[in-house]
Amino acid sequence: MSQVLINERDIVIPGQVLAEGLDYLPGENTYRKDDKIFANVLGITSLPGRVVKVTPLSGPYTPKVGDKIIGQVGDILMSGWRIGTGTAYTAVLNVKDASSRFIKSGEDLSRILAIGDYAVVKITKVTSQNLIDLTMREPGLRRINGGRIMKINSHKVPRVIGKKASMINLIKDNTGCDITVGQNGLVWLRGSAEGEILAEKAIKLIEQKSHEEGLTDKMEKFLHENKGNIVVDKKFRREEGEESQSEESFSEEDQ
Amino acid sequence: MAYTKRLDGRKNNELRPMEAKASVVPNADGSASFKIGKTWAIAAVYGPREIFPRFLANPKTGIIRCHYSMMPFSGSGERIRPGRSRRAQEISMVMENALNPVVDLRAFPNTVVDIFIELPQTDAGTRCAAISAAAIALADAGIPMTDMVSSIAVGQVDGTVVVDLMYNEEAYPAIVSDVPVAMLHNTKEITLLQMDGEISREDLMKALEMAKDATELVYQEQMRALQEKFTKTE
Repeated sequence: MSQVLINERDIVIPGQVLAEGLDYLPGENTYRKDDKIFANVLGITSLPGRVVKVTPLSGPYTPKVGDKIIGQVGDILMSGWRIGTGTAYTAVLNVKDASSRFIKSGEDLSRILAIGDYAVVKITKVTSQNLIDLTMREPGLRRINGGRIMKINSHKVPRVIGKKASMINLIKDNTGCDITVGQNGLVWLRGSAEGEILAEKAIKLIEQKSHEEGLTDKMEKFLHENKGNIVVDKKFRREEGEESQSEESFSEEDQ
Repeated sequence: MAYTKRLDGRKNNELRPMEAKASVVPNADGSASFKIGKTWAIAAVYGPREIFPRFLANPKTGIIRCHYSMMPFSGSGERIRPGRSRRAQEISMVMENALNPVVDLRAFPNTVVDIFIELPQTDAGTRCAAISAAAIALADAGIPMTDMVSSIAVGQVDGTVVVDLMYNEEAYPAIVSDVPVAMLHNTKEITLLQMDGEISREDLMKALEMAKDATELVYQEQMRALQEKFTKTE
């Protein structure tokens, strides 16, 4: 006599009963108490098979190993940098992970990354206490130069990137901007002034409408209507064919 | 003469009209406005974020911190001195105790979630409105919670058990009592129970029974506010 009490893509609030009986399994952001499954967070439901899941619509970014994020240098340490991640926790980037070049001891670290600089980095380690280690020694990871940084809700990042990067490529193609989306919700835009403004507006719109369906079509319409006389200049874009491969990854850029 | 008819003509178990809204403060991570009659609470949630002063940090879990405050013009005309008062500190503390059983911040050790509550207008039942607003704001901020907290005041006016007292009822010239209650939706556990005035044991039990139905109505409004945010667009 098990039954699900919600439909696919319903909006549920914390403590709402999602399913009764033992035939269903509690997935992400849900918990079982006695024979009922409850939601743990405000979000959208999904029912893959016999699992009941809730995808949060808001909330803090939880750092995960392998995530590429954009961080800001907060302090310079003895042998590395303290990097703000846009969360309650700061991360450490050690000199040995900062560059493929040999950095002599006693070298001025602020010449590599100064306080206040932004950088695209990757998380290599997260402890149970949320202490974070970073690396910058991979293609695409670098100090940020020029352009602008904007912040969005980290849960909207997959939507901004889209399936197989379709959404982000749509914005790139229509604004001529180079866009890097960090999993922590920081976005780096670089292009012409008008292009950057339009791209920023577009990303804000996606963030607002992220729970709606058919978003790519709506965005295509929005971009065409507002494109005006933006010249799509390829100079900010990297080589074709080197585009991002999946939702999580970024387009690579040679330094 | 007993209190047979309520001053504003409500039934004994009838609440004042409620109006809740989520995400009213754009800068905050989550926020809510909760109106019940003339009482109006606005809650804004920030965090989880770094905790200061550091000695408050708990390495096992994140903590919540409430800041309750009535606006200077929020009373009946007498200016309310802004800032922390003994009363505001107590209410902040009981609010934390009322919300703590549902928020689950074990994934965010050494952090704090700050909840700021301002009351632009008050007509009794402010701590209840504040808790109901804070619960919406916490959910809106995406904080993991095991349940929703809904709060309402019950009490007794000259021998009649009523819910959701307004100021004129609290100040009624007879034996009156005011019992703010906060309840969890699923388990009906009580996380806030205070009392001012006098009430008999029978009346208290009756009042708490009425609080169950009343908090359920508050819960419905909280749920509507949270879901409306995502359905009304276009």
